[in-house]
Amino acid sequence: MNKLPLIIKREYLAKVRNKSFVIMTFLSPILMVGMVVLIAYLTKINDNEKRIIGVLNESGFFSNEFLTTETTSYVNFKDIALQSAKDSTLQMGYYGLLYIPRAASLEQVAENAFFYSKEAPSTTVLDRLENIFQNRLFQQRLQNLGVSAKEFAKVDNRFEIKTATFSGQLNLKGINEVKAFIGGGFGYLIMMFIIIYGGFVMRSVIEEKTSRIIEVIISSVKPFQLMMGKIIGTSLAGVTQFAIWILSASLLLFLVFAFFGVDLSVLNNSAHLTPGMAQSMSPMDEDIQLYAMEFIKIPWFMLIAFFVLYFILGYLIYSSIYAAIGAAVDNETDTQQFIFPIILPLMLAIYVGFFSVFSNPHGPIAVGFSLFPLTSPIVMLMRLPGGIGEGGVPVWQLIASVILLVGTFIGIVWLAAKIYRVGILMYGKKPSYKELYKWLKY
Amino acid sequence: MNNILVTKEVTKRFGEHTALNKVSLEIPENSIYGLLGPNGAGKTTLIRIINQITFPDRGTLFFDGEPLNSHHIAQIGYLPEERGLYKSMKVGEQALYLAQLKGLSKSEAKKRLKFWFERLEIEGWWHKKVQELSKGMAQKIQFIVTVLHRPKLLIFDEPFSGFDPINANIIKEEILKLKENGTSIIFSTHRMESVEELCEYIALLHNSEKVLDGKLSDIKKEYKNNIFDVCLDVEDGDSLLKELEGKFKLRSSTYRPEEGQLEFTVELPFADSKEMLVHLSNRANIVRFIETIPSANDIFIETVQSKEVHE
Repeated sequence: MNKLPLIIKREYLAKVRNKSFVIMTFLSPILMVGMVVLIAYLTKINDNEKRIIGVLNESGFFSNEFLTTETTSYVNFKDIALQSAKDSTLQMGYYGLLYIPRAASLEQVAENAFFYSKEAPSTTVLDRLENIFQNRLFQQRLQNLGVSAKEFAKVDNRFEIKTATFSGQLNLKGINEVKAFIGGGFGYLIMMFIIIYGGFVMRSVIEEKTSRIIEVIISSVKPFQLMMGKIIGTSLAGVTQFAIWILSASLLLFLVFAFFGVDLSVLNNSAHLTPGMAQSMSPMDEDIQLYAMEFIKIPWFMLIAFFVLYFILGYLIYSSIYAAIGAAVDNETDTQQFIFPIILPLMLAIYVGFFSVFSNPHGPIAVGFSLFPLTSPIVMLMRLPGGIGEGGVPVWQLIASVILLVGTFIGIVWLAAKIYRVGILMYGKKPSYKELYKWLKY
Repeated sequence: MNNILVTKEVTKRFGEHTALNKVSLEIPENSIYGLLGPNGAGKTTLIRIINQITFPDRGTLFFDGEPLNSHHIAQIGYLPEERGLYKSMKVGEQALYLAQLKGLSKSEAKKRLKFWFERLEIEGWWHKKVQELSKGMAQKIQFIVTVLHRPKLLIFDEPFSGFDPINANIIKEEILKLKENGTSIIFSTHRMESVEELCEYIALLHNSEKVLDGKLSDIKKEYKNNIFDVCLDVEDGDSLLKELEGKFKLRSSTYRPEEGQLEFTVELPFADSKEMLVHLSNRANIVRFIETIPSANDIFIETVQSKEVHE
């Protein structure tokens, strides 16, 4: 009789019924949405702060440049000394004082202008003031050259080179980053899942050891069955948790958007563009539409299929290592020395992914790490949104990567099962790597 | 008589260390078989091999005449020395799970569990969590789970540890009942008084080797050294003592004239007590005349120590 389903069921229920699991599952989305609401609220408060800036303008070069905006208003001081302007700024509780001295040229004025404030001023305020000066200088210089603003607008032109593949497929600038970001999201999800649920598998193994039930169980089932049942049961619990999170988070986010009055149809519009509509659009809209088309053209089905494949293989590899570690030690504090080498390739994959794959998805480093089995589940997923075949991941690389991953999966699970089998029956020892190596030969 | 389990030259190594060296045993059907030995002798390794938790490097095992294979797991019940339960699981649920792992259907397992829970008067525990139970209570559950699937062979490793004397007795009675119903039992322990009480056969393991096995009564016969413990009611003990010393191999002796009691131990070749009894019966009243038979404990210690001297 196959006992695997029984074990999976028990492990699943043990995890799902656990109080901390239930609390985490239902609290996390609330916390996350709470954070979003809090950040939105705080940003709003921050923006609502109205700053009043005193301006002491002694030069004739500035007159009506300082316009009151929603968050900033300007108060002009007239015909008073700098010192008394400073005093009254402080007295009135203004944010600061802008001093524009009298000078022969605009350049000199700008050079000698000062902003006084009680504390170091915020960068947004400074940016705004600097912009005003820059604009004024720009206009002045245009005038000196005898060019009108209109004429300048005509000659001012930004240039972007268009790129395409040899078969003529149009590329969009920045779409690589967008794609890698989507893949990166998948990769990150895999990493988080491995670290969280691998840890659960490990703790579950340690619990069986410390509660001394392990020998009772493995007199009825093979250690390998128990290990796989544990890994599968725990991961199903994880999938359940993620499903609940995604559902409840999207529901709550929807409610939050509705509450804040964001019109959701705005988000949908771009997705529903038809080619016919595109012709009646301005060039700007056409660009957005191209991005939207490209976004839709990302092979989602293929991506999700490979996500599932890499996710399952990657998770099985790592969680069986976690299970072996749990079997090798007696308590969680002893796990540190073994866990670091596991997390290392995961972190490496994420960092290499974000730094190297984003800028060049098919460069040698990206290729190498997407072939290496311990990093390929994350790195390959970052490359895959670019498609397979021309312009994307070459087919041979994909096949090689999957073959390497499957081979490693078989090898690692076999090794882990050996360590697990010996380790679960060893009590009171803190094994070294050397000893683990010996166990492989038992 | 059939053997429920036979091991032939079973050898197991862990790296450099040999845990079992050519251990051959025959465990008769429907008997209680004591597996004895000091710590680290290889008892647990042997038991794990029987349970197919580990596998021998060399040697073969036969269960009920067939080479041991994975089908036999359902016919073996094992109560390990290191035993426990899932702490956060409920008692009933856990017992059901463990029973199903042994191959019982859910309904059958439920039925049998109900029977055992009533029998050991623990019906009220079904919905309790294991962490609420005392150690002795948890041991009862483990015992039930071990025997629930009615295995042909039961293996108990230190079954009485953790029990108070009353509950230990209940479990001992249950073990004897199981034996009466035809189950074969392997019993691994350090507690020699329970060996004396329960076991018909024993095997003694020492330093990974079998040093002794067979029927306990036979072994005892083999180990008796023809020494008799004698106590006499006699008036002139001194002269009798001198007389006896001339004829027999006397060991220690004491004579208390005021009570008129002479006590001595004597070694009689081939345990032939007739000549001495004839001699004594004319001279004194016999208070006590006993052949000293070694206890299992004596045999255990003697064998282990003599082995260590030889090595």
